[in-house]
Amino acid sequence: MHTTSKYNILSKLFFTMLSISAVTFGGGFVIVTFMKRKFVDEFHWMDEEEMLDLTALAQSSPGAIAVNAAILVGWKMAGFVGMLAAVLGTILPPISILSVISFFYRMFAANPYVALMLRGMQAGVAAVILDVVCTLASGIWKRKRPVELLLMVVAFVATFFFHINVIYIILSAAGVGIILGLVSHRKEKRQK
Amino acid sequence: MIYLQLFLSFLQIGLFSIGGGYAAMPLIQNQVVQKTGWLTMREFTDLITIAEMTPGPMAVNSATFVGIRIAGIPGAIVATLGCILPSCLILSFLFWIYQRYKNVSALQQILSSLRPAVVALIAAAGFSILRTVVFGGESAAFSHIDWIGLSLFLAAFLALRKFRCNPILTMLLCGGACLAVQLF
Repeated sequence: MHTTSKYNILSKLFFTMLSISAVTFGGGFVIVTFMKRKFVDEFHWMDEEEMLDLTALAQSSPGAIAVNAAILVGWKMAGFVGMLAAVLGTILPPISILSVISFFYRMFAANPYVALMLRGMQAGVAAVILDVVCTLASGIWKRKRPVELLLMVVAFVATFFFHINVIYIILSAAGVGIILGLVSHRKEKRQK
Repeated sequence: MIYLQLFLSFLQIGLFSIGGGYAAMPLIQNQVVQKTGWLTMREFTDLITIAEMTPGPMAVNSATFVGIRIAGIPGAIVATLGCILPSCLILSFLFWIYQRYKNVSALQQILSSLRPAVVALIAAAGFSILRTVVFGGESAAFSHIDWIGLSLFLAAFLALRKFRCNPILTMLLCGGACLAVQLF
């Protein structure tokens, strides 16, 4: 009995992640919404608050949000094997799709019509990315915190004009975050 | 040794891309274009276009694409493993902590400082793609401007920003428009 139910959970984890991952375009947040609909609303594996916590964790950790969320749900439902099943389900669709595309890429790119299409689509991609950037940057602008604005400007100048390694920039920003966290923690303590 | 190089490059991408989605893009550019020269800027831009058009996380899509081009299917597997391994280790640890303390606010404090830097990095990657579109990989001079690319970009940006058009549809329309303009 116990083994069948565990097998059942594993296959549900795997196939749910597989089907979600195969059809969701548009990044991690979209996939997390679909996961919530399945795991919270349909399977009742966890409540909404727990899903929100797991999302916050998935989003604040390194790596792809979809993979991170799959790892957490997998662990929660069936431990280590659950994690493997969920991660495998999540990465199989993109791996297979991109493999096929990569094999044909040279052929594709050599075709003059496809090359023209791709060139036009690159203009579209630049627009999509800079549109997202505008939304994200205005979100940070609205918080009106000088340190964050300064961080944003300095990080941009450092990568775009001075080609400073991205990793150093992320590490420095994390360092600033830790210092700010410690400072505000101390202030709170003093006020108490 | 190419497998080890692929693995280590994508390990760094997996380890340092925080915030998901586009956050991986500047790191991928740094690793596969600037450091190793596995892809040209044009190919990288194609990769981002393809990753945008297909489901799945950008980091996994790029790992497969770069892996196959450099070392075939085994390359793709090694690169993908490299990019998800840090996640598996870190998230397993965090899950264990979460089960104990159910507290995610400390992590979110660090995140609030990381976010502006990540936005800046995404902006920088976006602008370097725009530069490839407008100047076609040549130096930034007025005489090198590709007017079709520039006007497509402006039209697409307006469509997305003002009219909230669907991104994938917008990209396809740009591709179609470019083809149509060049043919007729």
